[in-house]
Amino acid sequence: MMASGAVAVDTQYNYDIVKRFAIMALVWGVLGMTAGTYIAAELAFPFLNFDTAEITFGRLRPVHTTLVIFGFGGSALFATSYYIVQRTCQTRLYGDLLPKFTFWGWQLSVLIGAIGYMNGITQAREYAEFPWPVDLLITVTWVAYATVFVQTLRRRSQPHIYVANWFYMAFILATAILHIFNNLAVPVNLLSMHSYSLFSGVQDAMTQWWYGHNAVGFFLTAAFLGMMYYFVPKQAGRPIYSYRLSIVHFWALSFLYMWVGAHHLHWTALPDWTSSLAATFSILLLLPSWGGMINGIMTLSGAWDKLRTDPIMRFLIASLAFYGMSTFEGPMMSLKSVNALSHYTDWTVGHVHSGALGWVALVSFGSLYHMIPRLYDTKLYSDRLVITHFWLATIGIVLYITSMWVSGIGQGMMLRAFDDYGNLAYTFVETVSFMHLPLAARMVGGMFFVSGILVMSFNIFMTIRNAKLEQAAMEAKIAAKMANAGV
Amino acid sequence: MKFSHESIEINAGLMIVLTMIAISIGGLVEIVPLFYIDETIEKVEGVRPYTPLEQKGRDIYTREGCYLCHSQMIRPFRDEDMRYGHYSLAAESQYDHPFQWGSKRTGPDLARVGEKYSNQWHVQHLKAPRSVVPESIMPNYPWLLENDLDYSDIADRMRALKVTGVPYSLTTAEYQANVEKFGKETADQLNILEAEENLLAQAQSEDFDGDRARLTEMDALVAYLQVLGTMVDFSKYDEGYFAEFR
Repeated sequence: MMASGAVAVDTQYNYDIVKRFAIMALVWGVLGMTAGTYIAAELAFPFLNFDTAEITFGRLRPVHTTLVIFGFGGSALFATSYYIVQRTCQTRLYGDLLPKFTFWGWQLSVLIGAIGYMNGITQAREYAEFPWPVDLLITVTWVAYATVFVQTLRRRSQPHIYVANWFYMAFILATAILHIFNNLAVPVNLLSMHSYSLFSGVQDAMTQWWYGHNAVGFFLTAAFLGMMYYFVPKQAGRPIYSYRLSIVHFWALSFLYMWVGAHHLHWTALPDWTSSLAATFSILLLLPSWGGMINGIMTLSGAWDKLRTDPIMRFLIASLAFYGMSTFEGPMMSLKSVNALSHYTDWTVGHVHSGALGWVALVSFGSLYHMIPRLYDTKLYSDRLVITHFWLATIGIVLYITSMWVSGIGQGMMLRAFDDYGNLAYTFVETVSFMHLPLAARMVGGMFFVSGILVMSFNIFMTIRNAKLEQAAMEAKIAAKMANAGV
Repeated sequence: MKFSHESIEINAGLMIVLTMIAISIGGLVEIVPLFYIDETIEKVEGVRPYTPLEQKGRDIYTREGCYLCHSQMIRPFRDEDMRYGHYSLAAESQYDHPFQWGSKRTGPDLARVGEKYSNQWHVQHLKAPRSVVPESIMPNYPWLLENDLDYSDIADRMRALKVTGVPYSLTTAEYQANVEKFGKETADQLNILEAEENLLAQAQSEDFDGDRARLTEMDALVAYLQVLGTMVDFSKYDEGYFAEFR
């Protein structure tokens, strides 16, 4: 038997599936960020490759990106979308087996993918390295996910669909299109994990970066905006700042993002018209991006003291600040003249991480801190550890970004420097030597960030453990009472 | 009739349809024309599909994730021209499934690395990069020399590539078309029916890994690296010719 309050919630909402995904988000987060820190260390100290094929940089890097984007980010999105769609529609999640299937399909895809890369099985497309059988599994899982989400929306007991769900919906649709078209490939044979992409050269490059940038745009932005639109107002205890702004920036963001992928291909063999178009839309994209940031941050208007008193709020607001910063840096880097210097350098890597660590990870941490105690009907084990985590993460991000600016801009400047006679001033390998210190500093930044998520994992573990102990104590008490009454 | 956004917010189906329209336009406008506009790929002589050995080498290149640190796309800047050579043409990667332009240069661009260094240098460099470039941060790849090259599925691989549009030949007609387009010597290499013989013969005659007795993964990878960027003879074209296609 359970406490009467818990019974009602458990039957009203399917929290079991949310719990599973939330816990896996942390598991993949720890593994993926540790892998990231390790490959960062390999670049600073190459002996760490240990002449072992499975752990060389080239094979571990997709493991890192897959675990953090699809493992951590993906699981966090499944968890929060299943939570939010139930809460905002005030109805139970559609189906029982189907959500479970999405859980196992997704976790297996990530796991097989990562083990495969270490063994040399890859499509060699950035962020889409999954071999073709896993791509099929992901497709089926995604169709199931879309079904669960839409069917839950359809049985809502509210007339309106809340704005957070628009963003999740756009993310589910866009990811489906991107995944299918970017992974069109011909397998070597039915028993082989290897396949060749259907397109080649310039068309293949365009398709891949259309996918690559929109993986950022919809997977890592639109969906996390959905998260933001629920958890920021909830945690602040205030309504969202502007309803009108959310409408305008939702449609602008959905429309504009799909145009900008080609800014990854400036000055390449892609025709100029395409990359110019992409640069133009990248500048336009600044407006809806900041629309989202303003809408989130201004929700706190009149309650700014929460930044001092509420450690979870700090995560959420800091994530929006990083979102604003990286969505300013992005359009700037998409200018052809800036891109000429920044492309191919660590500046891009730094930019990605200011978005990935600063925005995606921080907003996820904040949301998980808010959500997990509610799932288990308890309080967070320690607020002080949340503050510790916040500072470890922030210091880590700042170290990471600044060292990548030094490394990237420095290398870019060195590569284009000429001496008085018009010869190249530096050889390539001189830039490699120059980058050693910033690469080592970046590794330290990564270590800070990983220690942060370890602190969080401990905090969450203790929270869940306490919740179970409380529940057991409650049950024992009730059982004792019943026994007494019986006697 | 006055439009209200509310009509979308209370109708999940309408919202899905409108979102699909909003997210489809950008991709359609930018990607579809690339398949139909002729100027997208320059008209240039010399670019051919990879030989079986080179393709196997390319598959090892992708397996090891080389593209994560090395680009294969030279941009039209003075410093890149001096460092790497003529800027890359779209035509030069038209048989690349998948493309390997890359996004990061932790190491130098490799689009024209072919024939710049000896086979022996490549073997030594792949085995132990710091023995030839002390400041290098590249991992050692000793297993390339230890692993025998598994070429058992080379014909299947070429068949799959043929489905994607690479002109490997199975029939006499296809072979004849290749003779006309690429010349007899290349057409022989593109014949799927003789894939294994061709692969072995190229490894024997050019001896990429320095050990004729063994056929290793090193043979294939070096064969691939040595052909990169060497197919087009740029002395045959005017300075301004390729600009017409940009």
